Amino acid sequence: MLKIDNLHVRVAGKEILKGLTLDVAAGEVHAIMGPNGAGKSTLGNVLAGREGYEITQGSISYNGRDLLELEPEQRAAEGVFLAFQYPVEIPGVNNTYFLKAAMNAQRKHRGETELDSMQFLKLVREKLRVLHISDDLMNRAVNAGFSGGEKKRNEIFQMALLEPKLAVLDETDSGLDIDAMKMVADGVNAMRSPERAFVVITHYQRLLDYIVPDFVHVLVDGRIVESGDKSLALKLEEHGYAWIAERRLAGAA
Amino acid sequence: MTSELARPATQMPATDVVADAIGRRYSAGFVTDIESESLPPGLDESVVRAISARKNEPEWMTQWRLAAYRHWLTMTPPHWAKLEIAPIDFQAISYFSRPKNRPKSLDEVDPKLLETYEKLGVPLHERARLAGVAVDAVFDSVSVGTTFRKELAEAGVIFCSMSEAVREHPELVRKYLGTVVPTGDNYFAALNSAVFSDGSFVFVPKGVRCPMELSTYFRINARDTGQFERTLLIAEEGASVSYLEGCTAPMRDENQLHAAVVELVALDDASIKYSTVQNWYPGDENGVGGIFNFVTKRGDCRGARSRISWTQVETGSAITWKYPSCVLRGDDSTGEFNSVALTHHRQQADTGTKMIHIGRNTKSKIISKGISAGRGQNTYRGLVKIEKGADGARNYTQCDSLLIGKKCGAHTFPYIEVKHPGAIVEHEATTSKISDDQLFYCRARGIAQEDAVSMIVDGFCKQVFRELPMEFAVEAKKLLEVSLEGAIG
Repeated sequence: MLKIDNLHVRVAGKEILKGLTLDVAAGEVHAIMGPNGAGKSTLGNVLAGREGYEITQGSISYNGRDLLELEPEQRAAEGVFLAFQYPVEIPGVNNTYFLKAAMNAQRKHRGETELDSMQFLKLVREKLRVLHISDDLMNRAVNAGFSGGEKKRNEIFQMALLEPKLAVLDETDSGLDIDAMKMVADGVNAMRSPERAFVVITHYQRLLDYIVPDFVHVLVDGRIVESGDKSLALKLEEHGYAWIAERRLAGAA
Repeated sequence: MTSELARPATQMPATDVVADAIGRRYSAGFVTDIESESLPPGLDESVVRAISARKNEPEWMTQWRLAAYRHWLTMTPPHWAKLEIAPIDFQAISYFSRPKNRPKSLDEVDPKLLETYEKLGVPLHERARLAGVAVDAVFDSVSVGTTFRKELAEAGVIFCSMSEAVREHPELVRKYLGTVVPTGDNYFAALNSAVFSDGSFVFVPKGVRCPMELSTYFRINARDTGQFERTLLIAEEGASVSYLEGCTAPMRDENQLHAAVVELVALDDASIKYSTVQNWYPGDENGVGGIFNFVTKRGDCRGARSRISWTQVETGSAITWKYPSCVLRGDDSTGEFNSVALTHHRQQADTGTKMIHIGRNTKSKIISKGISAGRGQNTYRGLVKIEKGADGARNYTQCDSLLIGKKCGAHTFPYIEVKHPGAIVEHEATTSKISDDQLFYCRARGIAQEDAVSMIVDGFCKQVFRELPMEFAVEAKKLLEVSLEGAIG
């Protein structure tokens, strides 16, 4: 589904990703772990199409298409979803209204009929129930005055509603207490399916107790230096990122 | 529908070419080819007399105008506003223009004129009945028709053109005209008092709730003319009325002058809600052409517990100079000002309000939302004045600016004069930019950039749009979208 090949990315003149390669097939959950400044969030932003990231080398193909050619809104309509690390507040814009506009813009792009308010609200209620989110979130302005936990919940809710094919979660667990984190994990697990892939970017192993990944990759200094299964995350937890650096040194020697 | 002031240009293919060329759709920019008679450009006492004569005015009205004219001669244009304006040649303007074939009733109105209003979405005929809004339409200098006369008369409401009011209801006009905005109030008000052409007159008698929304539609059509309308609205004890006005003009390369005066009088327990959607031609992206809009609007809460609220959406005009104000004379009276002002390209707006607290327990609320894009300059200028006797006076002011792009400007000049130690005056102000983060967030959810911008702007204006009658709110939103086209990227 997603093929990232030898990706080099510069931000403000500085090279952040230095030859990142990653294959994600439909139905898989990949966890990307790494220390601060390794380039984890850059990866999420590049996948979603944020401006200011200069691709100097490499390619990203998504379902056989060149992802880098698409505008952010086209990527969204094609099924790419980024759950933001820091969701943005949009004062005065009602959350329900925002989501309906998003959903219908995506449907229109795909040549599907737009949902009317009744159909949309029905869908919203259904998803709210599944995720155990109170509907008061829907009557407020987008993320405005939301607590950190509410913002992340809102991201997961949007994901559930928009039903993407490829969901990228950028440190969705950061700043969450254990209950909120479980809610995030439940949301993701409920959506796991053979047609859908997840890239879960996280700093801590803790989230992976709840979202069990098929693959774990360690991103250090702009490159994936180690890949493995779930046990790799546990080793990292035990030994820290320094352990990876030592192993690399040993390997080089 | 009355409210459709901003029809999409697709309905007017003739203007598409021009619109494309200037990168902005001003859908009301067409010219109606209609024969009109105009006074030659220039202004002196004979012109003032000629205007008065053409309107068959009584002598007292002529003298009133002449006194205003003589006062005007002693005045100089104000320069305190944050506006860059080339000097205006008042002798190059024609002060009176009207369609040649003057109708006696709506049925005799020139079909071309009706077509103009039809294009603009203003219901003057049968459709008016469906829309349920009484409309007065002013074309250049004269009113071309007022709908729903009979229905309103049954309720005791007078809604007619100002010219008619001078002839048919002289006692009311003499009693109230110039009592809120005196002839010598300011340069443009004095000019208006001398040469005012038409406008609407509304009188809602004691205890009557006006049974429908009243609306006036102003249209400048002729070249080199100014429009100087005068509107007077009186709500007697316990009366209430909601009034809307809309304005458009053709696209021309020259600047045209619009200097209006609006006076509102609310007696005991009366309530007046006055809403404006101003979409005069703003000029092109280089600042060529456009309307100079110098307007004096003031409401007098003369009676106890009276209430006046101004709501304005200002998207048009090259220059906007306008401060709809409330004089809170009656005890327990309330004044409100809700404003959205948008400047794009080279537009300049210096707008705000004055709240003068004189009576006891008077309250005022000011919500101002300024949006600047392109090289637009947007200034909020507001005065809150609490006089000595205004025990328990309260004011709340919120003044927000939104910037789109890097070359525009937003400025805030709040003036607060408090002469009573117990007054409570609050002022809050914010300035924000539509951030790249907000835009990216919307786009990452599938919403295209332009839609994201209008969504964010709409959210910013929501507090004010809520105050507009519903259909108008929808139109105001569309108008902002059209006005902001090409503001980003």
